[in-house]
Amino acid sequence: MSRPSDHHDSPAPAPREGGVNQPSLGVVGYLRFFWRQLTSMRTALVLLLLLALAAIPGSLVPQRSSDPNGVTQYYSDYPDLAPVLDDFQLFDVFSSVWFSAIYLLLFISLIGCVIPRTLHHLKALRTPPPKTPARLSRLEAYRSTAAEGVTAASAIESARTLLRKSGYRVRVFEKAGELSVSAERGYLRETGNLIFHTALIGVLVSVGIGGGFAYNGQKVVVEGKPFVNVLNDYDSFSPGRFFDEGSLPPYRLILDNFDASYETENVNAFGFASNFRADVTVHEDGRNPYEAQVRVNEPVPIMGLDTYLVGNGYAPHVTVTDADGNIAFTGPVPFIPQDDNLTSLGIIKVTDALPEQIGMRGFFYPSAAVLESGALTSNFADLLDPVLTLNVYTGDLGLDDGTPRSVYSLNVEGMQEIVGGDSGVDSIQLRPGESYELPGGRGTVTFDDMSEASPDGESVLRFASFDVHHDPSAGWVLVFTILVIAGLIAGLFVPRRRVWVKAIDGDEGIRLEYAGLARGEDPGLDGAVADLAERHAQALGVRLS
Amino acid sequence: MSDVLDSYSLVAVYSAMAVYVFAFVLFTIDLAKRSTYATAAADQLAMSERQVAAASGTTTATLEKTTTDVAAPRYRFERIAFALTILATLLHVAAVVFRGVAQGFVPWANMFEFSLTSSAIVAVVFVLLQFWQDLKFLGAYIVGGLLITLGVATVNFYVPVKPLPDALDSYWLVIHVFVAALGTALFAIGAALSLLQLLQSRSETSGKGIGFLRTLPKADRLENLAYLVTVVGFVFWTFTLVAGAIWAERAWGRYWGWDTKEVWTFIIWTVYAGYIHARATRGWRGARSAWLALIGFGSVLFNYVIVNQFFKGLHSYSGL
Repeated sequence: MSRPSDHHDSPAPAPREGGVNQPSLGVVGYLRFFWRQLTSMRTALVLLLLLALAAIPGSLVPQRSSDPNGVTQYYSDYPDLAPVLDDFQLFDVFSSVWFSAIYLLLFISLIGCVIPRTLHHLKALRTPPPKTPARLSRLEAYRSTAAEGVTAASAIESARTLLRKSGYRVRVFEKAGELSVSAERGYLRETGNLIFHTALIGVLVSVGIGGGFAYNGQKVVVEGKPFVNVLNDYDSFSPGRFFDEGSLPPYRLILDNFDASYETENVNAFGFASNFRADVTVHEDGRNPYEAQVRVNEPVPIMGLDTYLVGNGYAPHVTVTDADGNIAFTGPVPFIPQDDNLTSLGIIKVTDALPEQIGMRGFFYPSAAVLESGALTSNFADLLDPVLTLNVYTGDLGLDDGTPRSVYSLNVEGMQEIVGGDSGVDSIQLRPGESYELPGGRGTVTFDDMSEASPDGESVLRFASFDVHHDPSAGWVLVFTILVIAGLIAGLFVPRRRVWVKAIDGDEGIRLEYAGLARGEDPGLDGAVADLAERHAQALGVRLS
Repeated sequence: MSDVLDSYSLVAVYSAMAVYVFAFVLFTIDLAKRSTYATAAADQLAMSERQVAAASGTTTATLEKTTTDVAAPRYRFERIAFALTILATLLHVAAVVFRGVAQGFVPWANMFEFSLTSSAIVAVVFVLLQFWQDLKFLGAYIVGGLLITLGVATVNFYVPVKPLPDALDSYWLVIHVFVAALGTALFAIGAALSLLQLLQSRSETSGKGIGFLRTLPKADRLENLAYLVTVVGFVFWTFTLVAGAIWAERAWGRYWGWDTKEVWTFIIWTVYAGYIHARATRGWRGARSAWLALIGFGSVLFNYVIVNQFFKGLHSYSGL
């Protein structure tokens, strides 16, 4: 069996007659029956369409793999619906049982189709062209011409050479009064077809196996600060199934400077930021430190790991002293950008403050401007007029009971708001270098001016967020993908056809017949036969009549 | 300077649209005339067949002549409409070039530009295809589609020239998006042929249908043409998908992450893969596969109009 029995080129099934007594199939019979069904064109087609259909929910509902925050948001927006969707694995469509079932069945069906076809094709590659049909005139492409002054033998010999030169495999047949050459070409079509399908399996296997060894991690690095490539230093990390912590290459990088440029001429895009650039110094194990630049679309490879620049923002440097005048907190705090002008939201947790812990939630505006409502906003992404606002809470930050808490959110339950909001005290509003005395003698909050310390003299430090990726499957997937495309082009556009040239002895010289038969899509068949007849006539030195 | 060039671009777009309107009107008049012509020709043919029958087979030559007349008439309105389409296409391409020069990078970095450029590619591909096959009868559909696209683009999607975002600053923008536009163009033309194929096969089986269908190729022929155009589109789409994956690896650190746009590119690819297999499956060749081609193109439009604007994802470059 070369092709599934319901391929449109396969012979049609015999019409079913009424009253046939079918023997029972038995276990093997049923297995064979199901295998036949699974590897039929129709099943493959239905599975393919099901796969397309099953992918749709993956674009309607946020996915944990690509948009974990979207899932969290969905849970808070639709608290009743979300758990139901989760039961159906709709937040993990592409690793769900039902999606996997479809593509695994599809690929089993594919393998069941590719293997017999490959065997058949290998045999076909060794099989010489078939016998010339008795009546060529019944074929779809047909030409006939009388040729004077040439013998059948020389005509067929020249046709044979001509066809061979055009890439046909040829075989000469002799019958009483008839000499013919049978030729076939385009085996590459089926080869391409098989390569395409096999390479698809290759892609799936590479992703399946290689994905297990892949890992990626995220890290926010403030200017002047280091990042060390060990598991603990990542902000978040997703390892593949077979990840081994020891496989992380030992290196350290320091963010020396982060830079961006801002559009000031084009009024339609005023403030538009581009040319993001993170200057880093890399210390690899056993090598002199070197400098590198990480840009968008230009990751830096370090010891086999690619480091990508995926985000940036400001990290105001804040110092908090407590009631006793001790420094309870000092350091840069990355604020998360909320809009294009980098109005940023940040949380500061002062666990060591006495007598009570202090939590602060606030906004940073790189270029502060006052809205009509009186609220602040940022109207430019660069540091034209940096302002930090903070609301302050005291009480228990809830960090001591062991529950993991995000550094980017503050749980104010059970805490008392002492500055901003409903506390009756206006929010803290600071420019770099300014300080604020907390009410009740609880201490001070200072927005430190970092002009001296920062690499480019800016009063506020910037941060860059890096993604570090390792995926050993990528190379294999690329190789198989190139094979997919090459196979696809060959499988679709190389015409597979059989061509015959027959010389029939007559009373006045010989008659030449040309005919072609398409095997698969072949819109150029008729033209090819006409062209063959013409070139053959030229080679023989006769005129077509 | 760039503002001036951008306004030239808009002037060229509006001029192209004006000429397209005339071409569209003439293409539709042509279809209407074809309908009347088809009825007249059918009458004529019936008459000559009666004559042949009366002359008992001696006038085969007459019959042949009449039938060739039916097969290859000259459609005057269509010719004028097509000439106008060529003119409008030149203006349209000029608009794309002006926009590109105005901003100093390829004019397909946001939705307005992608609409402008991909529709220009549809127009150019449509004009060029005529050297291969006479497909002018698709004129009303193609030019109508171009007008809607340009109308929506200029009214709803327009954004003035802006700098190129870092995320798009890559030579893959040139390759990935251009090939996607090329694939979209071929899918559009393929869908037109599949649509006509469906209408034609219905009128062939029922004997009823819009008059002009009788002046068009038979359903089989339309199916083959649709297949050829769509299959080339499929190769381009495959390339779009692969180029996108390579770029994603470069930009985001992973070649495939089921981002909404990736999901839809995959869906479209799968539907068209289904179409190609349907052509080779007994019982699915013909009308069923044509429906798949239409669903495929519907997904392309959905991906372009709806996903771009309303779905959240990494491909948020619509500029709106």
